[in-house]
Amino acid sequence: MAVSYLRLSEINGPLVALEGIKNATFDEIVEFKVEGINGKERKIGRIIEIYEDKAVIQVFEGTENMSLNNTHTKLTGSPLEIALSEEILGRTFNGIGQPTDNMGPIISDLKRDVNGKPLNPVTREYPRNYIRTGISAIDGLATLIRGQKLPIFSGNGIPHDKLAAQIVKQASLCDDTNEELVVVFAAMGVKYDVAEFFKKTFEESQVLDHVVMFLNLANDPVVERLITPKVALTVAEYLAFDLGKQVLVILTDMTSFAEAMREVSSSKGEIPSRKGYPGYLYSELATIYERAGIVKNSKGSVTQIPILSMPNDDITHPIPDLTGYITEGQIVLDRNIHGQNIYPPINVLPSLSRLMKDGIGEGYTRDDHQDVANQLFSAYAKVGEARALASVIGEDELSDTDKLYLKFGQAFENSFVGQKDYENRTIETTLNLGWKLLHILPKEELDRIDTKILEKYYDATADIEISTEE
Amino acid sequence: MEKIGKIFGINGPVIYIKGVTDFNMGEMVYVSDEKLVGEVIALTKEMTTIQVYEETSGLKPGDYVYGTNSAIFVTLAPGIINNIFDGIERPLSKIAENAGIYISRGVSVSSLDNTKLWDVHVTVKEGAYVLPGTIIAEVQETKSIMHKSMVPPNTEGEVIKVVGDGQYTIDDEIVVIKLTDGTERTLTLTQKWPIRVPRPTSKRFASEMPLVTGQRILDTLFPIAKGGTACVPGGFGTGKTMTQHQIAKWSDADIIVYIGCGERGNEMTQVLEDFSKLVDPKTGNMLMDRTTLIANTSNMPVAAREASIYTGITLAEYYRDMGYHVAIMADSTSRWAEALRELSGRLEEMPAEEGFPAYLASKLSAFYERAGYFRNLNGTDGSVSIIGAVSPQGGDFSEPVTQNTKRFVRCFWGLDKSLAYARHFPAIHWLTSYSEYLGDLANWYNENVGPDFVSCRNKILAILNQESSLIEIVNLIGSDVLPDDQKLTLEIARVIRLGFLQQNAFHKEDTCVPLVKQLKMMEIILYLQDKCKILINMGMPVSVLKNQSIFEKIISIKYDVPNNKLEMLDDYKNMIDEFYNEIIKINA
Repeated sequence: MAVSYLRLSEINGPLVALEGIKNATFDEIVEFKVEGINGKERKIGRIIEIYEDKAVIQVFEGTENMSLNNTHTKLTGSPLEIALSEEILGRTFNGIGQPTDNMGPIISDLKRDVNGKPLNPVTREYPRNYIRTGISAIDGLATLIRGQKLPIFSGNGIPHDKLAAQIVKQASLCDDTNEELVVVFAAMGVKYDVAEFFKKTFEESQVLDHVVMFLNLANDPVVERLITPKVALTVAEYLAFDLGKQVLVILTDMTSFAEAMREVSSSKGEIPSRKGYPGYLYSELATIYERAGIVKNSKGSVTQIPILSMPNDDITHPIPDLTGYITEGQIVLDRNIHGQNIYPPINVLPSLSRLMKDGIGEGYTRDDHQDVANQLFSAYAKVGEARALASVIGEDELSDTDKLYLKFGQAFENSFVGQKDYENRTIETTLNLGWKLLHILPKEELDRIDTKILEKYYDATADIEISTEE
Repeated sequence: MEKIGKIFGINGPVIYIKGVTDFNMGEMVYVSDEKLVGEVIALTKEMTTIQVYEETSGLKPGDYVYGTNSAIFVTLAPGIINNIFDGIERPLSKIAENAGIYISRGVSVSSLDNTKLWDVHVTVKEGAYVLPGTIIAEVQETKSIMHKSMVPPNTEGEVIKVVGDGQYTIDDEIVVIKLTDGTERTLTLTQKWPIRVPRPTSKRFASEMPLVTGQRILDTLFPIAKGGTACVPGGFGTGKTMTQHQIAKWSDADIIVYIGCGERGNEMTQVLEDFSKLVDPKTGNMLMDRTTLIANTSNMPVAAREASIYTGITLAEYYRDMGYHVAIMADSTSRWAEALRELSGRLEEMPAEEGFPAYLASKLSAFYERAGYFRNLNGTDGSVSIIGAVSPQGGDFSEPVTQNTKRFVRCFWGLDKSLAYARHFPAIHWLTSYSEYLGDLANWYNENVGPDFVSCRNKILAILNQESSLIEIVNLIGSDVLPDDQKLTLEIARVIRLGFLQQNAFHKEDTCVPLVKQLKMMEIILYLQDKCKILINMGMPVSVLKNQSIFEKIISIKYDVPNNKLEMLDDYKNMIDEFYNEIIKINA
C-alpha cells in the first residue's frame, strides 16, 4: 500500500516542492489527486531534484487548481513508462501517452521507460539505404537515408507541414520490398489546424492504420511537451527494433519543446547559458535526436524528420544551431524562395545530408549522382555571385558566362527545386533533369564532374525527354 | 577501512553527501548498490559533491556511496589498440555482449580483456637494474603495433625474477623487482594511471618534423608538426569531422586515438566500419590496427563526456612512452566545454562568458599542453599531436571556446561556411587559417622534399591573397575592366583553388597525396603563371590564353596522375611549353 502525502510546501510555475517524503527516487513519477476550485483532478509529475526528504516535482499538466493544502501526492516507484504492443498502430494519444481516441488503454505486459537508453555505437549499423521521397531537391541533393535524422529548418508561414506531409505520402524504400513505412507522429505545441492537417493527410492517403499519433497542442500543458518526443520515440524504437518495421518519426515543432525546457529551467532558478536556454539544451536535444538509427541483427530502422521553426528565420539561433550539430544534415526552407512562389521552398546551398555520400552512387542510385550533385551545388553557388554582381553593375554588363549562370539559376529554381505538391519523381528523372540544366552552362564550367562520368552522360543527356509537370 | 557516505541530494548527474567525509578530491567512488562510477569534485565542511558518470534516475537519498582510495584511472596494457571504449575506458563491445543494443548502467566489465593470452617476449634479465620506463616485455599487439610494457613511473629496483618467453595474460607475473627500500614488487603487463595527471617524461623538444597528412592545404599551406596542436573550428556541415577522419586515415602517425566526444553515434560506427576495411598505406595493415576509439556520444552521460578527453590523452601518452608518434583527434572539444558548463551550472558556480565557467581557459591550456615531442624516461623519443575540432555556436569564431582554444594552439584551420555551401572541400579558408610551425618545419621540408618547397608555398599563398583583394574590385565593377595581368592572377588563383586546394576525399588517387606530388603540382602551376605572364607582356589578352585547354588539364592533374606514376608530371611542363609556342604561332 503506497503512502499518500497531503499538502505541498511550495508551488512555483510548473514546479511544486514536497517535504517529509520517504524513499522517493530521482526521476520517479508521482501521481497527484487535486480537489481545487475547478473540481477534482488527477495529475502526474516527475521528481527532478531531491534533497534528503524534500523533492522538487515537475507537474506535466501544469499547477493550475493546485494549492498547498488540497493535493494528495502518491509515489509510483518507477519512471514514466508506456505500455507497448502491436495494437498501438493506428491509435492517438496525448502528449504523455494517454489514449485520447476513446478506444481504451493499451493492454500489455511490456512496459518501457520513456527516457530510453543510449544505443551502443558498437551495435549500430551504419545507414546506407536511401529513402526515395520523390522530391528532386531532397533526393538529388540531400538524400534521405534510412536510419538518418534529417530535420527541416523552417520559419512561421513557410509550408513545412505540406512538405512533411508530402514526404510521408511519397516516401518509399529503395529496394523492391513490400514493406511499408510506419509513421510515428509527435506534435509539440502545434496549432489545432496543423494537427488536423496531418490527420487529414494520413486519412486521405489511407495510411492511418500505420500511424501512431501523439498530440500536444498549443493550448495543452507546456510541461507535457517535454515528454512527448520521448514517448513517441520509445514507441518508434519498439516498432523498429522489436517488430522489425521501418519507422519514420515526424517531430513538430522542436522549437516548442526547447521553449518548454527554458520555461522549466527558469522556474528552477538555473543559470542560463545562451538566450536564456539551459546549459544542457544540447544534451537534451541529443538524447532525442540520437534515438534514430539501425542496429545490427534487426531489420527495422528509425528515421527522424524533426521540424523546427527558426525564431526570426535565424539559423544561428541556439535551437537550429545545436540541432544542426547533432543531426545528420538539414533541409533549410527559405522565405525568399517561398516568396517567388516556388514549392517546396528549399534553399539547397545550406541544405545537406551527411549520410548521402555512402547511400548513393553505383549500386544504390546511379553512378553519376555524387558528381551531378556537386556540380549543381557549385554552379548554384556561382549563380549567387553572378546575381550579386548583376545587382551592382546591371545584368547587361555581365560576362557571357555569368549571363548563362543567371539563366541556369532561374531554370534550376523553377524546374529542379520547384515541383507540384503531388509530383513524385523518380531518381532517374531527378538526375536527368540535373544534366539537362547543366547543359545550359558551357562544358568547361563543369569542373566538379569526373572526366569519365562526363563522357558517359554529357552527350547522352543532351536532348533527353523529361516528363515533369511544369 | 572502507569509506562510506550516504546520499543527501540528487540533481541530474550531481549528487551530494552531507557533512564531513573521508573522501579525497578527485577520488573515484561507487554510488549505490548498482555501483555507478562517480568522482569527487568538491569538498566542504557541509557537503561533498560527486559527479556521476552514468544515469542517475532511480537513485534515492540514503543510498550508500563507497570510496575506492584511487583517482579515476585508466588501465594500460595490450588490448587498447583496435578497440572501442566509452569515456571512462569501458569496452563497448563487452558492454554490448552483456547488455544488448543499449548501454545500461552499472555494467561492470574490466577495461581490457584479462583472459586473453598474449605472446610475450621478456626483454630484461635477472640481476639487471631497471629504472622508471624501462621496457620489460614486448607483445605484438596488432599487426602494426609492437606493444612495449614498461616499468611504471616512480618505480625502480633490481630484477630478482623473470619468467621465460611464452603466453601470459595481462595480469600474470612477468618480472619481480626489489625496490630500493628492500620490498619486492611484482610487475605484470598492466599498469594504471590517473587520467588527469600527465605521464612524466625527461625532456621536451621543439617541433621540427611535420605530421604529414596527405591533405594538400594542410601539408603545404598550414602544416602541423609532430607533437603540435591544431584546432579545426567550423559551423555545422563545414566538414570538421571529415577533416579529422582524413587525418586519422592518412597521416603518418604510428597510432591514432580518436575521441568522439559528445558527437553522433553513427559517426563512430562509420569510423569503426571504415577503418576495419581501409588499408594503412604505411604498413599495409588495416587502419584499425593502429587506431583506438573513445566513443562518448552526445546521448551518453555528460560527466563521462568530460572525462573522455582525459582518458584519450592518457592512452596516447602511454604509447608515446613506448617511442611512438601518436595523433589525437578530439571531436569535439566544444562538447567537452559544454559538459564543463553543464556541471558548473549544476554546482551553481559563478559563470563567466556565455555561462561557461571561469576555469574554461585553464582547463583548455592544461589539455593542449599535454601535446609535444618528448624524450621519454626510457630514452626513446615519441610525440603526441592534438587535433581538436571546435563547434562554435552559430559558426561565430568570437565565442569563448574558439577564442580560448586559439590562445593555446599553434595551428588554426578555420572552416568556412560559404566554401562549404559551394561544396569546396576541404572548406579550410586560406585567409583566416594560419600555422606557426612553418618556420620550424622549413628545414625539414628543404632536406626531405625539395629546396623550393617553402618558396613555392609562399608564392601560392601570395597569389591567393592578391585574388581576394582583386575579388573585392570585381564585386564592385565586374571582371571585364581589370587589366590583363590582374585577370591572369584571377585565372591562376582559380587553378589553385580548383586544382590544388580542393581535394576529393572520395577519389581513390586524390584522397591522400604524397608531398612530392604536392610540390610538383605547385611548380607546374607557377610555371604556367610565368609563361602566361610573358605572353601577357607581349600583349596577348587573357581571353586568348583561356581558349586553350591547358588550364583545365592542370586543374585535373589531381585525378589524372596516379600517385604511383609521378613521372607523368614531367610531361606537364612540356605541355605548357607547347601551349606557349602555339599561342605565339597563332597570334604572332
